Amino acid sequence: MLDKLKELGSSIGLNPADWSEQDIEEQKLGWYPGHPTPDDPLRWGRTFPEGARETLQNTQMRRNLGYATGKIRTKRNTRVEELPDWEELREAGSLIKRNTLAHLPELLETFEQKVTERGGIVHWARDAAEANEIAYSIIAAKGVDEVVKVKSMATQEINLNSYLEERGIEAWETDLAEMIVQLSHDMPSHIVVPAIHRNRSEVKAIFEARMEGRPRFATNEPRELAMAARAHLRKKFLSAKVAISGANLGVAETGTLAVYESEGNGRMCLTLPETLITVMGIEKIVPSYRDIEVFSQLLPRSATGERMNPYTSFWTGVTEGDGPQEFHLILLDNGRTNVMKDEVGREALKCIRCAACMNICPVYRVSGGHAYNSVYPGPIGAILTPQLLNATDRKDPATSLPFASTLCGACYDVCPVKINIPEILVHLRHTITEANRGGLPNAWDVAMKGTSSVMSSGKKMERAGNAMKAGRLAAGRDRKIGHIPLPVAKEWTGTRDVPAPPATSFRTWWNDEHEETK
Amino acid sequence: MNAKQEILNRIRAAGQIPAHDTARDYLCGTEASRSDIIADMVAALEDYTAIVTIVPPAGVGDAIDEMLSEAATVVVPPGLDESWRDAAGRHGRAVRIDDPPLSKADLDATDAVVTASRVGVSLSGTIILDGQPDQGRRAISLVPDTHVIVLDADDIKATVPEAVAIVEEHPLRPTTWIAGPSATSDIELVRVDGVHGPRNLRVIIVDQTLDR
Ligand code: SF4
Repeated sequence: MLDKLKELGSSIGLNPADWSEQDIEEQKLGWYPGHPTPDDPLRWGRTFPEGARETLQNTQMRRNLGYATGKIRTKRNTRVEELPDWEELREAGSLIKRNTLAHLPELLETFEQKVTERGGIVHWARDAAEANEIAYSIIAAKGVDEVVKVKSMATQEINLNSYLEERGIEAWETDLAEMIVQLSHDMPSHIVVPAIHRNRSEVKAIFEARMEGRPRFATNEPRELAMAARAHLRKKFLSAKVAISGANLGVAETGTLAVYESEGNGRMCLTLPETLITVMGIEKIVPSYRDIEVFSQLLPRSATGERMNPYTSFWTGVTEGDGPQEFHLILLDNGRTNVMKDEVGREALKCIRCAACMNICPVYRVSGGHAYNSVYPGPIGAILTPQLLNATDRKDPATSLPFASTLCGACYDVCPVKINIPEILVHLRHTITEANRGGLPNAWDVAMKGTSSVMSSGKKMERAGNAMKAGRLAAGRDRKIGHIPLPVAKEWTGTRDVPAPPATSFRTWWNDEHEETK
Repeated sequence: MNAKQEILNRIRAAGQIPAHDTARDYLCGTEASRSDIIADMVAALEDYTAIVTIVPPAGVGDAIDEMLSEAATVVVPPGLDESWRDAAGRHGRAVRIDDPPLSKADLDATDAVVTASRVGVSLSGTIILDGQPDQGRRAISLVPDTHVIVLDADDIKATVPEAVAIVEEHPLRPTTWIAGPSATSDIELVRVDGVHGPRNLRVIIVDQTLDR
């Protein structure tokens, strides 16, 4: 039976050797091992097709993901429909961010000045290494060996936790999902719900194995698990001397920073420790305080489908007697100025990291965040990652990302700041294709071909389905070989031509097919 | 070249990026009646599992007393209305005034907190605190398990822009927006209240037009 299974697996381009290893690992752990921390969180060194080939095998993950993204989408739609002026808000959000880019040097200088006037200390970091160094030197000067952290994409992007760990400083993620990811030595697979690929049983297994004191749980109820996290982190909050956060926006006019969150872990980190270090991408600036009214409506509804997230904190420098008395702000470039150079592609810098585009993307929803081999997955990752890295060479796996899309246009429709992601995808495909004219096909082309052969032929799709059945029988569980349920092969593998965006028919088809997830 | 100069140079080298006027065609106010705004606020807060009551000015003390019924210890900001502070101390509840500031451990050992508030938004059930003496520093409304907020009905605005116009008068104050108790949905998107911040949010809306 196993031989038969391996044969079937090989026939659809899977590598049986890989999954048997993972299977052993998973049996040992009690959860799917996920993805270990890479050296460069922006580029894990694999192409999208290679990443997808691995994640597509994980049926459990796909089930978790399908359920969760479906639920967020429904909530998001309800909350957006409540607002009669949603389109006007999107337009304002888009224009505010464009203006930010148009005036970025002046806005950054004003912002720095305002933060400084209020007792904050501003640092500038050209790249990840420089940002990490600055953060480390501040922490080292405090003589502490642990810090608490608010979930932040900027610090994920620069791999700050690993950098600190190598220097003997433990950085505790305090967002529940980030904590699950951290404890399981995994990478986040979504930018708002990083542990979206985990179900409650996996979380229970992770906590029992890795949480301090190795707790035992009577059930796998989310409440019981969340309360264990509360007890575990409360001690950290009360004792931590230094906290690290990102920022959802920074107001140039006043020097004010904002963090939007739900759990209160953000407020704990931003308020209780004596020193706060905030790492913020230079594009996160908005010009005026009033702009808060736009993003405070767009972000929560797009991100978690809530009218408002439970907690939002605004602070400006330091306030005597309230909150940290030492505040450091690290302004991060790390490739953002590369993105600015591209007239079409720079629109990606408007992104407010709400993840709505991920939740709706048919490719993300079956392949999962890890397939993108970057901390920025989904449609926004597909356009942002290669641009941050200035990747155009076909040998660079990041150049496979703009091809990981059906161009159905759904991401553009949901984006609260109106980033025309399909247009940028097509533009980047064109740029990459042009930059690689001529020469021999490399591993990437071959990998694309492999995926293409699975997904372009009905017969092979059927065989993939059969392999899944065989997998159930052989392994006694159903998560090893995934069927590939998407008619997207042509676009995924359109490596040579620049396809025109199709009409809306795909999306209509998708909605009809997936009524049950609504 | 230092990092700042280099980053600014890189941005400038990226070329001129066209600016646009920001169109603000979204709703800034509404025609809704005062009673509708209050009703919307209550509905939005209750949707977030907050407990809400509407009382006349003379009823605030009793409402505070009732909202604190399970608490044995209460922290209050130094500028809280004296009659409210007294109500917090009924039935032998220990009242701790945050002046001088309580230690983190003391806050952690306190059951509840009572604060005033700056402004509310009925559209999203949000209440904004801006750290004035009747609201206190951010930590006191964060660490105890139950947060009782007193909100004047006249301070409830319908829309976010109306509320931002008010907090914008003092943009440098540390400001906290609260919509419901602390909550997580990180495990299978099941909402669990009270992960790190207060587990219970209780709101007393003071309506000046109500008679006792
Ligand atoms: S691209 Fe748009 S939809 Fe996607 S995360 Fe960014 S802001 Fe949200």
